[in-house]
Amino acid sequence: MSDSTLHGHNRPIPEVSKADIDRGDRLHVGREVVVDRYTKWARINHWITAVSLILLALSGLALFHPSLFWLTALFGGGQMTRMLHPWFGVVLFFSFFGLFIRFWRLNLPKREDVQWASQIGDVLSNQEEKLPEVGKYNAGQKAVFWSMSVLIMVLIASGLGIWEEYFSQYLTVEQLRVAMLIHSIAAVVIICVWIIHVYAAFWVEGTLRAMTRGNVSGGWAWRHHRKWLRALATYGKRDDQTDRKN
Amino acid sequence: MTINVNPPVAPDTTMQMGPQDYIRRSASSVPQPARQLEPVAKLIDVSKCIGCKACQSACLEWNDLREEVGINVGVYDNPHDLTPNTFTLMRFTEWVNPETDNLEWLIRKDGCMHCADPGCLKACPAPGAIVQYSNGVVDFVKENCIGCGYCVKGCPFDIPRISKVDNRSYKCTLCSDRIAVGQGPACAKACPTKAIVFGTKEEMKAHAAERIEDLKSRGYDNAGLYDPPGVGGTHVMYVLHHADKPSIYAGLPDNPRISPLVEAWKGVTKYAGLAVMGMAAAASVFHIAIAGRNRVTVEDDEEARRLTGTAPGAAPLDPDKEPLS
Repeated sequence: MSDSTLHGHNRPIPEVSKADIDRGDRLHVGREVVVDRYTKWARINHWITAVSLILLALSGLALFHPSLFWLTALFGGGQMTRMLHPWFGVVLFFSFFGLFIRFWRLNLPKREDVQWASQIGDVLSNQEEKLPEVGKYNAGQKAVFWSMSVLIMVLIASGLGIWEEYFSQYLTVEQLRVAMLIHSIAAVVIICVWIIHVYAAFWVEGTLRAMTRGNVSGGWAWRHHRKWLRALATYGKRDDQTDRKN
Repeated sequence: MTINVNPPVAPDTTMQMGPQDYIRRSASSVPQPARQLEPVAKLIDVSKCIGCKACQSACLEWNDLREEVGINVGVYDNPHDLTPNTFTLMRFTEWVNPETDNLEWLIRKDGCMHCADPGCLKACPAPGAIVQYSNGVVDFVKENCIGCGYCVKGCPFDIPRISKVDNRSYKCTLCSDRIAVGQGPACAKACPTKAIVFGTKEEMKAHAAERIEDLKSRGYDNAGLYDPPGVGGTHVMYVLHHADKPSIYAGLPDNPRISPLVEAWKGVTKYAGLAVMGMAAAASVFHIAIAGRNRVTVEDDEEARRLTGTAPGAAPLDPDKEPLS
């Protein structure tokens, strides 16, 4: 009795390994299956990053388009907005660095990501049974992760250059103009990535709970990250028993 | 010819200018002004300048500014660059004319050019921090300045300087406070050789034409007026003896214009950026309306239970937290 015969799935059951699991991932089996997805510190780290990104977006948009200058009122006026924005960026940079260290390994591209991405139509129409099984992150999540990583590097590098208070004097005016243009374009892109990220968390029901309570339901893991669930079921949490199966 | 070097003390009400005369206001719009002020200009005749720096002193004096005592590094420029306190600066260049092999001492009074198409104003994100009057004066309104330094990037002449003291941007005002009461700029008033003169732009062009004719008659075949069209003309103009190569005058731009990078940043990026972000948000709304939320089914939960039921690594749920059956 295999999964594919029992449930009519004609997609192959992937090989799983212990490497498909993060350190804090746990399986709790009772009347309901609950899967720990993010540790307390990962969640704290995430929300510091989230808050700083939102503050950055609001303060940055205020200086990006005149129709949004009113947003400076949130920060205590134009001068305060100008002063705070780079500091929010510093917080974001270090906070995201923490997330990067936590998440980069399981965000490395895998073979199934190509297949998954090529069937983006099935993804968008919620037909996940047609998609290959994916691990802790699907190709879309990985795209968000790497986009954020690259864009934050671009934004911090260009942002430091145009930080008038401390660093602008080390650049020529022409370099400042290049940095300004790059910074504003990268900011537009990262806000779009952020919109996709937040939207996807809402669209895929039961996702937000992973970043609030830290866990997801077994059904959620089965539906969206089956390879990850299989790895957990195979290797679980208890390191002393990992050799028993397989 | 009314070159307004030493005007009458009685206020000339025809020149009075105020917010009603704004033709541009940064990051905001202004109503069409009811009247058009006569365009004014300051003309700096480089060929008549003796480098005395009276204009610099007069500028500090009128604007009540002090400059730090600096360090001499072997050049006459003092201070070494424009600063938040030094709105105008004599820049000295020792240039060997390749045609005559003569050393020529080029002295240019640097400062805001009061462009007809001001890059600083275009770049400024703070409503009303930079304004342009219908007579051509481009002025910074310090109360509205947020100190971001965008004007520095916008300026084709590298003029604005941000104060480290109050984090606001400063530059030559063309003595807008003096012009408003019918006086010429302090630098023009102080200039002992009348190398700096002030009046209507038409008058200044006519005066420049005379000066250029004179210079040409004395062998400066390339003498000419610097009123660069790339920024729509300027309300500070130079008479140059070598108008064919402005850059020999301490890097005066040959053909200044607002940088294409600034145009892209303040043009397509600003508008397309908002549109793209709006589209991303709209696409989300559209998608949820079409596809609906991606929900976990009862079958998914059952499958998960079946798969994990025999999992060796599964830790049992805390019995206290087990849902009641």
